[in-house]
Amino acid sequence: MSDHTQNQENYWKANVRLIFGCLIVWALVSYGFGILLRPLLANIEIGGTDLGFWFAQQGSIISFIILVFFYAWRMNSLDKEFGLEE
Amino acid sequence: MSQFTINLLFVGASFALYFGIAIWARAGSTKEFYVAGGGVHPVMNGMATAADWMSAASFISMAGLIAAGGYANSTFLMGWTGGYVLLAMLLAPYLRKFGKFTVPDFIGDRFYSRTARLVAVACLIIASVTYVIGQMTGAGVAFSRFLEVENNTGLMIAAVVVFFYAVLGGMKGITYTQVAQYCVLIVAYTIPAVFISLQLTDTFIPAIGLFSEHTQSGMPLLAKLDEVVRELGFRDYTADVDNKLNMVLFTLSLMIGTAGLPHVIIRFFTVPKVADARWSAGWALVFIALLYLTAPAVASMARLNLMTTIYPEGPTSESIEYAERPDWIKTWEQTGLIKYEDKNNDGRVQFYNDTPSFNDEATARGWAGNELTVNRDILVLANPEIANLPSWVIGLIAAGGLAAALSTAAGLLLAISSAVSHDLIKGSINPDITEKGELLAARISMFVAIIVATYLGMNPPGFAAQVVALAFGIAAASIFPALMMGIFSKRVNSKGAVAGMLAGLISTLVYIFTYLGWFFIPETNMLANTPDNWLFGVSPLSFGALGAVINFTVAFTVSNMTEDVPEEIQELVESVRYPKGAGGAVDH
Repeated sequence: MSDHTQNQENYWKANVRLIFGCLIVWALVSYGFGILLRPLLANIEIGGTDLGFWFAQQGSIISFIILVFFYAWRMNSLDKEFGLEE
Repeated sequence: MSQFTINLLFVGASFALYFGIAIWARAGSTKEFYVAGGGVHPVMNGMATAADWMSAASFISMAGLIAAGGYANSTFLMGWTGGYVLLAMLLAPYLRKFGKFTVPDFIGDRFYSRTARLVAVACLIIASVTYVIGQMTGAGVAFSRFLEVENNTGLMIAAVVVFFYAVLGGMKGITYTQVAQYCVLIVAYTIPAVFISLQLTDTFIPAIGLFSEHTQSGMPLLAKLDEVVRELGFRDYTADVDNKLNMVLFTLSLMIGTAGLPHVIIRFFTVPKVADARWSAGWALVFIALLYLTAPAVASMARLNLMTTIYPEGPTSESIEYAERPDWIKTWEQTGLIKYEDKNNDGRVQFYNDTPSFNDEATARGWAGNELTVNRDILVLANPEIANLPSWVIGLIAAGGLAAALSTAAGLLLAISSAVSHDLIKGSINPDITEKGELLAARISMFVAIIVATYLGMNPPGFAAQVVALAFGIAAASIFPALMMGIFSKRVNSKGAVAGMLAGLISTLVYIFTYLGWFFIPETNMLANTPDNWLFGVSPLSFGALGAVINFTVAFTVSNMTEDVPEEIQELVESVRYPKGAGGAVDH
């Protein structure tokens, strides 16, 4: 019983760690590159404007898609690893 | 064939398609109606979610706001997609595991309190009604254009159509109808964009065209656009913003609002497995992104086309004569959404930014003020006309815009009516109500909601996408924090959750109403809605993010001062965290 609970606890910790990592990237591409850090990217030119503009209008969206699929793939394999899949 | 007939044909054909599919699917099984998405592949479910999600705000209004605001309005793009990341990681899989059907169900059970459930119902109704106001604003614009009537008449017609559409509510739950709606919507949005991208940049994919060369001038498209608008006193399209705090908070409000809106969350309750809930969120985002990656291209290209129409020889030369204005301006003038006033009596259309800093230049050119007002909500619908595209493309965009507005408005009305009849009346006030009485209450609440939304839609507190953004702020401040704490904390108890939701909801509403009028009734605001009046430069649209912070803070503080969460509720929290069976105790 206690092993079982320990296993679940580890699973939950791994999940929270993964979420934390993904959310750092999530914040970096939108709030970071897209808004607050835009002046730092001002010299990297892309199609008549700068990289920050691209992140705000397209780059962040593409990153979000990658993040959600990465999380789904990682979690679904964690489910199996910990023997907790449905 | 006149444009009017073509519009009717396209709109009629698309509706025939939805009804046809609805009848065909219902004949198959009535069970499908209740378990929308159950047993449906995650890709299909993602497509249906995308149709549910993308409303008049995304389709009709958003690109117009980006066109007018440029970089500053990228917030809509990031905000309305980034929320899916939160949804996929923080809510969807666990709520799926919980396995009940509505948001108040979860909040009522997790916080073991009827009060918590009632407060959740109230938050849900307020957010949804605000959302419907935005939809009505958008649908009113679409109807007034395609039936060629004045804007308020269009709004009334929209109200009647939406009401009947919602009463026939069965269509809503059928995944394949929504898949069809998604297809109509995305085709209608993409085709004009492809045409325009080819015209302006020789690039087939609009999302790439946005960053390509403007064929005519040989400059990058965005640099050309910056130059044109600068000549007319507007801010550069790609200019950075000064008030970054507000931009961050607004984006955050939209993101956490996305993850807190009941009609989006509900789609993840009904997928077969927890793993599917995760994939479904991803697929929904892919299908949403197809529109959202095109939208910024539509925005910039439409803005450039609009400027070129008014100043065919370039912004430093004379503008067009009013008598020779293109037909699309004439038709939109009928709706009252484009207005012209010849202030300097020269018979030409001066369209520029009437600010003090541009005054000298304007006077030098003999201009006496900006003469053309263009409502931002018309841009996407007028876009094919501005670019002189064939009339079938214009008909197509009519069908797409109406699909977007009607499906979401009807879905929200259903959510409101079930919240009133099921959660509020049957769940609390009168548990013995008959089934017939419940149905009647549902219809009445739907009717009241649409009357309120239509009345407020006549003088909306903003453009369609802005009104919808207010709804997101309300959901962000009230529902999202409660759901998240319910899953990620075992310490937050019923008192904390109730106090948190109320604090978040009330603070956000008061802040919004202060600037936009009490209950959005025009002229009842206490302060003018201008940046100088905003607290720390935070706009009413952005306050939802702060409301959420208030909600979290109050909930944790109150919970820490009051009793622990009961043992069986802690086990409930445990059980939603693991996909397999039930958590420890219940399993054995």
